[in-house]
Amino acid sequence: MQSFIDGLIASGIVGGLPAEIVYAALMFLFASVVVFGFVLPLVTVTIWLERRVWSRIQSRVGPNRVGPQGVLQGLADGVKNLMKEDVVPDAADRPLFLFAPYLLVWGFLATFVVIPFSSALVIADLNVGILYVVAIVALSAVGVLMAGWASNNKWSLLGGIRSAAQVVSYEIPAGLALLPIVLLTGTLSTQGIIRAQGWAPWDWFIFYSPFTFLAAIAFYISALAETNRTPFDIPEAESELVAGFATEYSGFRFALFFLAEWGSLYVTGALMAILFLGGWQIPTGWTENAVLLNVAQFTVFFLKAYFWVFLAMWIRATLPRIRVDQMMSLCWKYLVPLGFVNLVGVAVWMVIWPDGTRLPSFVMFAGALAFSALFLRRVVYHLQRAKPELYFNPAV
Amino acid sequence: MWQYLKHARDAAATIFEGMSVTMSHFVRKPYTIQYPDRLPVRVQDTLPLRYRGILEVDLEICTGCLACERACPIDCIVIDAPKDKATRAMLLSRFDIDIAKCMYCGLCSEVCPTGSIHHTTEFEGADYSLESMIRRFVKDPVLAYKAKKGEETDPLIAPILDRGMGFLAEFAEPVDLKKYKKEQEEAAG
Repeated sequence: MQSFIDGLIASGIVGGLPAEIVYAALMFLFASVVVFGFVLPLVTVTIWLERRVWSRIQSRVGPNRVGPQGVLQGLADGVKNLMKEDVVPDAADRPLFLFAPYLLVWGFLATFVVIPFSSALVIADLNVGILYVVAIVALSAVGVLMAGWASNNKWSLLGGIRSAAQVVSYEIPAGLALLPIVLLTGTLSTQGIIRAQGWAPWDWFIFYSPFTFLAAIAFYISALAETNRTPFDIPEAESELVAGFATEYSGFRFALFFLAEWGSLYVTGALMAILFLGGWQIPTGWTENAVLLNVAQFTVFFLKAYFWVFLAMWIRATLPRIRVDQMMSLCWKYLVPLGFVNLVGVAVWMVIWPDGTRLPSFVMFAGALAFSALFLRRVVYHLQRAKPELYFNPAV
Repeated sequence: MWQYLKHARDAAATIFEGMSVTMSHFVRKPYTIQYPDRLPVRVQDTLPLRYRGILEVDLEICTGCLACERACPIDCIVIDAPKDKATRAMLLSRFDIDIAKCMYCGLCSEVCPTGSIHHTTEFEGADYSLESMIRRFVKDPVLAYKAKKGEETDPLIAPILDRGMGFLAEFAEPVDLKKYKKEQEEAAG
């Protein structure tokens, strides 16, 4: 992006304006384009899709009235939320209460700075990209804790404290799951990590060695916990805490909480795609057209990221919420040791095979295919046993 | 150590099983019946005769006996039945049912001698004001029904009478106790 702006300044289109102003203006423009052109539609569609996926899993229909098949449901909900009164409780800590949702949204929107869309489309290819993401995502924990504290409500406070404990705990396994990839590539830049992988599944880091595979699973579990998704949604457990830290919020600020929750779901999927699934890598050589190439890369990246989003919806429709002590024991007794094992394992792997080895990748890819086949057989078994009326059409 | 690994294995196995069950539900047809616009027939037409929907009055066979007004526990029926001074016949000048008040107990239709007041299968009663919830069945005063000779064959009144008696038959049919007991025993045994 910087080179593009440098090119603009050099070409003289912007006239004699100082370079800093051009940079600032264009950065603002790009940020707006990303937020309004990508994040907001993405979040509304994701919320709609999640509700539809749950519905189908529960043999319901789901929202299908607003727009074709209900795609605009998120828009309708957003408009409804905007028109509602923005209530601030009397005993709340007013400035903190008003500020907390913005912090939360900021924490997730800022990650889009380093999340690439394709090989050319990235706002800033920071050389500390992954570290930046890990750091900035922790802002949302501050936002949640702030919201919980400022609401002056026992449910909100409990939700905020739970969220803080959860995020602080799960930062560690998430960080440990990132480290093997950083060891492998020697870079923290998101584009650099993607360039170190290939388009074929056996070139992805998830199939690089058994340790990176375990790291991918550990990272996904930790990311689910960090974004407060089921089965780790104890900060907003509706059966015990009403809505947790969001209990006292209404109107626009409540919508911001929703935006952050579902937006960070995509961030999770994008990180999984960057770190383990080869990001936007596609077979090269079939086209010279840069626009076409970038569109293809964007599509591939989006599908990879959205696979994990879909998996999160599916998990949410399947697994019950776990207790606080179970969550903590999962983190400290299982994921953290596993993280260290992965780190050492990948280090040893790199000593034995400094240039990597292909055979385990092929075997693991074949194993993954076999596992999928086994899973499908199990699904077919359940269908044959229940003899239900099948319906594959996504539209109802 | 074995216990530790067993926990991890159990977690993976149960999640695998659970996810396969939910995925098998994902491709099933939804059970939801999409009311009201995606049904082949109106729901009202599928309901049984004894469904207690919104009340309706057949003024042609209303005798003006006020039995329903007296039976109503919450007084949602108001009837004015004055005598016509000239002909000394009973007139019906007002027959209002406040649907907003009605609790669908069915007592009025039970006491009606001709089956004039009865429940329909209609249940969509939503409206914008309480005033419009009052159903006024009498526009202009009409003569109350009085049984006459030969009306069983009168093509104008006979179908309405039959229809009213059809509603009444539901209540009036005496229960054959012996048959009832036998059926119960059969169902139990």
